[in-house]
Amino acid sequence: MATSVLSQRLSENGALIERHWQELNARRRLYTCLGLAALALALFGSLWFANDSNAGKFLVRLPHFFDFVGDLMPREPMEIGRALFDLPSPYDDGSFKYNYPEGRLYVTEGLYIPEYFHKMLETVNIAIFSTLIGAFFGFILCFLAARNLTPSAWVRGPVRRIMEILRAFPEVVIAGFFLAILSLGPIPAIAAVSIHTIGALGKLFFEVVENADMKPEEGLRAVGASWIERVWFGIVPQVLPNFTSYFLLRLEINVRASTIIGAVGGGGIGELLRLSIGQGHQAKTLAIVLLLFATIFAVDQFSAWLRRRLVGDQAFQLAQ
Amino acid sequence: MIASTKPSALEMDAIAARHPHLLQSSTARRRRTALIGIGVVLYLAFSWWFFSIGHVLANANWGIAGTYLADWVSYEVRPEIAVAPDGTMAVSYQRNSPLGRNPNPEWLALEKRTVARTVEAPAAAQEAPKPKTSSSFNFMTPKAALGGGEAAAGQKIGAARTEQAVTRAVVTYDRSTRLEVADRLVTAIHGGETLTMTVDGADTVTPQTPLPSWAVQKRPGEKVMLSFGFTGWAEVTGDEVSIRNRFFGWANFLFDTNSPFFGKSYGEVARLILSGDRIDPARPNLSLAWDNILYNAEWQHLDVWTKLLQTIVMAFVGTVFASCIAFPLCFLAARNITPSRMTNQLVKRFFDFLRSVDMFIWALFFTRAFGPGPLAGISAIFFTDTGTLGKLYSEALENIDDKQREGVKSVGAPSIAVQRFGVLPQVLPVFASQALYFWESNTRSATIIGAVGAGGIGLKLWEAMRTNSDWENVAYMVLLILMVVFVFDSISNACRSRLMGRSGD
Repeated sequence: MATSVLSQRLSENGALIERHWQELNARRRLYTCLGLAALALALFGSLWFANDSNAGKFLVRLPHFFDFVGDLMPREPMEIGRALFDLPSPYDDGSFKYNYPEGRLYVTEGLYIPEYFHKMLETVNIAIFSTLIGAFFGFILCFLAARNLTPSAWVRGPVRRIMEILRAFPEVVIAGFFLAILSLGPIPAIAAVSIHTIGALGKLFFEVVENADMKPEEGLRAVGASWIERVWFGIVPQVLPNFTSYFLLRLEINVRASTIIGAVGGGGIGELLRLSIGQGHQAKTLAIVLLLFATIFAVDQFSAWLRRRLVGDQAFQLAQ
Repeated sequence: MIASTKPSALEMDAIAARHPHLLQSSTARRRRTALIGIGVVLYLAFSWWFFSIGHVLANANWGIAGTYLADWVSYEVRPEIAVAPDGTMAVSYQRNSPLGRNPNPEWLALEKRTVARTVEAPAAAQEAPKPKTSSSFNFMTPKAALGGGEAAAGQKIGAARTEQAVTRAVVTYDRSTRLEVADRLVTAIHGGETLTMTVDGADTVTPQTPLPSWAVQKRPGEKVMLSFGFTGWAEVTGDEVSIRNRFFGWANFLFDTNSPFFGKSYGEVARLILSGDRIDPARPNLSLAWDNILYNAEWQHLDVWTKLLQTIVMAFVGTVFASCIAFPLCFLAARNITPSRMTNQLVKRFFDFLRSVDMFIWALFFTRAFGPGPLAGISAIFFTDTGTLGKLYSEALENIDDKQREGVKSVGAPSIAVQRFGVLPQVLPVFASQALYFWESNTRSATIIGAVGAGGIGLKLWEAMRTNSDWENVAYMVLLILMVVFVFDSISNACRSRLMGRSGD
């Protein structure tokens, strides 16, 4: 039965269809193979280049891949706790390595905030503050960039370009520039993170606005509301949950960003971590890493929980 | 029928009066909004105090900010006119002057005369320009000649001789701004106002006319600062007039002052390359010119491009590897694919771990392992993104449509075939789109990782900024980065919208 079906000669039309299908298939396969080959080529080229221009060669340094574990091994586990809470260490030999109480920040006579908690608080504060600033300006700009609210391309285009540039401008440069003017401190980090946030949130916001339901806006327009009234009463209530969700998502990202900016001169915990790793203070490094890990994890979980409450299960979306 | 269901205005008011809660937001809701608003304002006030923002902004050096910003797109030429007590002058230039070794700019007109005088070394001690790059005028002045070589023998301290000296110098900044030094008299003209000062060739400056708004002298006799806005400024001390003349553009972008092509117009350079005699007998002019451009001492084109390529490579390789590892792992993490709760949770927590130990921490550790360079950056991006992509991939897998899987399963296909034909076609576009998105976003974040030593252009940027004088190089690198980011943005956007159909995300 099967052989008779197979051996059945196709009509001219049928043969054409079959040939066409086979051609399509072959072409598709060829494209896939070519694409994969190109990817593999690019990958090997990149790897060779990376290895060639690296200070240490990959194969030579590979056995040292997990050297950093050694950077994290304190003399005894309790040292981590002492480093974290600025308690005196039995190994204290006057060197900076074991001198934990040094960084205490006294609130009153007997009560102090451990150094790392203080710095972590500073970093988180930088993140919150700059996310607020970024969200504020992003909020203002996003309505001007949305196609459905700003029909004039002469306004929309420039606003979008500005947001693109703010987003793509390297944060290091903003931080470095303000560092040169303002001297050391958290403000260069705030400036860098918030300027980037304006661009990033502005883009996400205006995409939300463009997907908003225009019926309330139409209703308001019908009764003669001004542009600001239409936006405020017609659009904002719809988009606010999504805006808040994106705000929280950005907050997560900014906690990380402000840590990194801190390391390149913006103060906060990032700088301490870089110094501590550079000087080989195992207990201090591990204490900071644990604190950082816990904080980032807590912020992530908190914001994920809040977002789920605000906008339901579609809460996790990409953002940058 | 429809018209009859529409209530009259009177009726609508009645309905509104009967159910006021439908038309007014509840007090609890309003109170919550107000509370959130107050909370934000209080928080901002707290932060203002916490970071002492007001204090820092008040103490900031905003004057320097303008200069630094101007440095992004312009450069300064800095001739110094040293005035001797007898009124003769000598002009010298900054080290590495953008005008090259023998600057003779049109905007600085000099009148020279041969004068006989007794040279004393201490009198000229203040003007100590670097002999190596000093101007042609400079070997007239004794101090420069001490290091100058050729004329050193004839210039013993205290010897009387005749020499050529500058007696009058006119600096033209722009149409309305001019500065003239002659016979120990400095005349500055800016915006229609004229200021005349006498200098004594030692340490006193005495303005002869009242100071206009653009001139500042803190105490009588001390230096006078003249600021002419963007076009430059000048500083007049008792024995020296320092000129800062600012020009728009990037100086010597192609050829530095040591290159044989320096100072030639494009036409001349093209002629030299195409038909000129060989400058370096060993190789053609074209290769010499290209070499000169690549190794331009000021702009370091080759180094900048290499570092930029490193940044791109870091993002690319890191993302590719991360998606390669995240791809098999996400099947283990998805609840609906792997039924074991244990495995799900284990893999998911592993992803969380990779993500939460930040890219920056990984970068610091791997810089220790591989030494500074792109390998550390690749590893850092690889580790973090395995976590992020794994999480996103497993979420995508958990949201798939089960019907296709069931269909494939119902005909008795083995597990591998179920995944291949029932699951993969649904998620592959999403996976690829997310990988592309992260490739693009990593191109941006690789810059900043580089600044902590993980290779790429970040460190170079950071070093250029630390000197506070290379802002034009910073601008150049920023421009390159912006271009790369925009190009990759559009490539990745185009790929993604093709993969995902019409909608871009």
